[in-house]
Amino acid sequence: MDLSLLLTDVPTLLFVIVAVPAVLGAYIVGGEFLVRRLPDRARGSVRPWIWVVPALVFVTAFLVAPAVGTVFTSFQSHEGGWIGLTNYQRQLTDFPTGGAWIAIRNNLYWLVLYTLFVLFFGLLLAVLFDRVPYESVVKSLIFMPMAISAVALGVIWKFMFWYQPADAPQTGTLNAIVVNVFHQAPKTWLTDVSVNNFALIAAAIWGITGFSMVILSAALKGIPADLLEAARVDGAGEITIFRRVIFPLMMPTVVVVGTTLVIFALKAFDIVYVMTAGNFGTDVLANRMYKLLYQADNPGGASAVAIILLIAVIPVLIFNLRQFRAVEARR
Amino acid sequence: MSSVSYDHVVKRYTSDLTVVKDFNVEIADKEFMVLVGPSGCGKSTALRMLAGLETITEGEIRIGDKVVNHLAAKDRDIAMVFQSYALYPHMSVYDNMAFPLQMKKMKKSEIDKRVKQASGILGLDNFLKRKPKALSGGQRQRVALGRAIVRNPKVFLLDEPLSNLDAKLRGQTRVELQKLHRDLETTFIYVTHDQVEAMTMGDRIAIMNAGILQQVGAPGEIYDHPANLFVAGFIGSPSMNLVPVTTQNGNAKAPGFDIKLPKPVSAEKGILGFRPEALTDRVADDGATLEMKVEVVERLGSDQFLYGTVGGEMVTARVDPRMKVAPGDQARLGLDLRGIHLFDAETEKALL
Repeated sequence: MDLSLLLTDVPTLLFVIVAVPAVLGAYIVGGEFLVRRLPDRARGSVRPWIWVVPALVFVTAFLVAPAVGTVFTSFQSHEGGWIGLTNYQRQLTDFPTGGAWIAIRNNLYWLVLYTLFVLFFGLLLAVLFDRVPYESVVKSLIFMPMAISAVALGVIWKFMFWYQPADAPQTGTLNAIVVNVFHQAPKTWLTDVSVNNFALIAAAIWGITGFSMVILSAALKGIPADLLEAARVDGAGEITIFRRVIFPLMMPTVVVVGTTLVIFALKAFDIVYVMTAGNFGTDVLANRMYKLLYQADNPGGASAVAIILLIAVIPVLIFNLRQFRAVEARR
Repeated sequence: MSSVSYDHVVKRYTSDLTVVKDFNVEIADKEFMVLVGPSGCGKSTALRMLAGLETITEGEIRIGDKVVNHLAAKDRDIAMVFQSYALYPHMSVYDNMAFPLQMKKMKKSEIDKRVKQASGILGLDNFLKRKPKALSGGQRQRVALGRAIVRNPKVFLLDEPLSNLDAKLRGQTRVELQKLHRDLETTFIYVTHDQVEAMTMGDRIAIMNAGILQQVGAPGEIYDHPANLFVAGFIGSPSMNLVPVTTQNGNAKAPGFDIKLPKPVSAEKGILGFRPEALTDRVADDGATLEMKVEVVERLGSDQFLYGTVGGEMVTARVDPRMKVAPGDQARLGLDLRGIHLFDAETEKALL
């Protein structure tokens, strides 16, 4: 590897290697030095702030400030003048096909189908493979797609959904099955508006099910064995045990995984971008935001979409945090 | 209400791991049977096979006249109290107790009646709405009992139900369980490693060691006539004195011992056994006399135990609490010959 590139900007290199750690070290030593000089009572309340302030500075600089900036931009025209809610109005105009409405509709598809199916498959796999001797092999296999980058995943599935005219050999796996096994005409999975959204969602489900399975499986294993034995002796069949004992005890974890998936669904971007670029009625909010900003040079519109997305995520985020705390408290 | 019988029952996990070997016990209807033994002796496995939580490798288990080997746990109509109590953490006390009845598809009014009745017996009336987490250990244990009681089961299984309670509560609960057994008139099978629980609670005791049933009998019978060396050493506290001896002309001899046996025995090498209460400060004409070098004196108020050596063997004696004796003393003690046991040194079986 050629590291000479690093030497083209020696002052920056020195700054990164020497100055940043020196400043942080001086901050900690100096802060502690000052705290020691404070009266006993003040010390306890000041010291936590000394340690928290650097993190607060970073969060403010890289998260809060851009978010606030986005809010401002969303009220501005391309030239920088204040135009009130015009950007939002443009995004929410002409229901149901204008503005961002198609993207909003698709995000709702994602939200419902992606979340429910991933939870359902994750739970099913976790329960079915819980008591088999080759459990770890199966779980590793199902978890593997998690290690594939979303872009590669999109490419793989693009090949799976590949379309060739009816008289040509079908190289796409799905169409090969449709033509050779079911003797039907090949389908244009990614451009046919009646199925393309579901095709994208299916690819995303394949990629994330391992995540849901692994977490739910851990929750399942956390249920003491003697509870299930007690239920068996109490006269419950295996399905009743699942319904009355196992599932209620897994519920907090199901909710945490579910809300995490809801956030993933709202943020959906990479698979859509790679497989259809949001064309043929498959646009989602994150992709629309990207297109508005970089292709349409419309920062105000992109910011408005970003804020719409942010507002949609916030309630889920709060619920998720609360639930996570409840699970922790139960331990 | 049912009898239970184990007929040549074997539990084998792998070809060289057999945890219960040829287990045969008949448990009568309404009997309180205690399975006792050191940990890992197979007593819990024997109970779990009856509950249907473990498969039976060989042999038959019958509840009443019915062979239950291939009956699922849920269809055996038995109730079990687990060591950990195994209460459903997401259900209230009421729902925990109602659960087995709901499984039977019983009417709501009948469930309510039975749960209220059981909670009344167990003093849980004020806790019915609480979750198990909000209960003390003793209360949780009662809920586990209540969940078993409401069902009116054929057989009541208890797997070390007292081992998570503190000493005082354990004593109280021991008494309450016996009362409960009398009131319910149901077969109880109780597993424990604690020989005090076994002695105080069981109508009969079955002692197990290393997967093998050692002896079955009433507590007094087992205490007075242990069938082998293991039972002799396991039952009784402080435990029985065991001294290796040689037998000649109807006498058992060892350094410091020369004891006339009540009847001649065939074996030449044996183990002489006598409980601490057979060795006292009362020297009787027809008894034997032992010289003990006292090493430790334990005064319990009602009793006084002397720990020391006789001819080099560690021996415990139970003497009158008023006897004046100090560590280092040489004490002259009388051995009551009615209280001696002799075991074959090789087979470890009782010879007298």
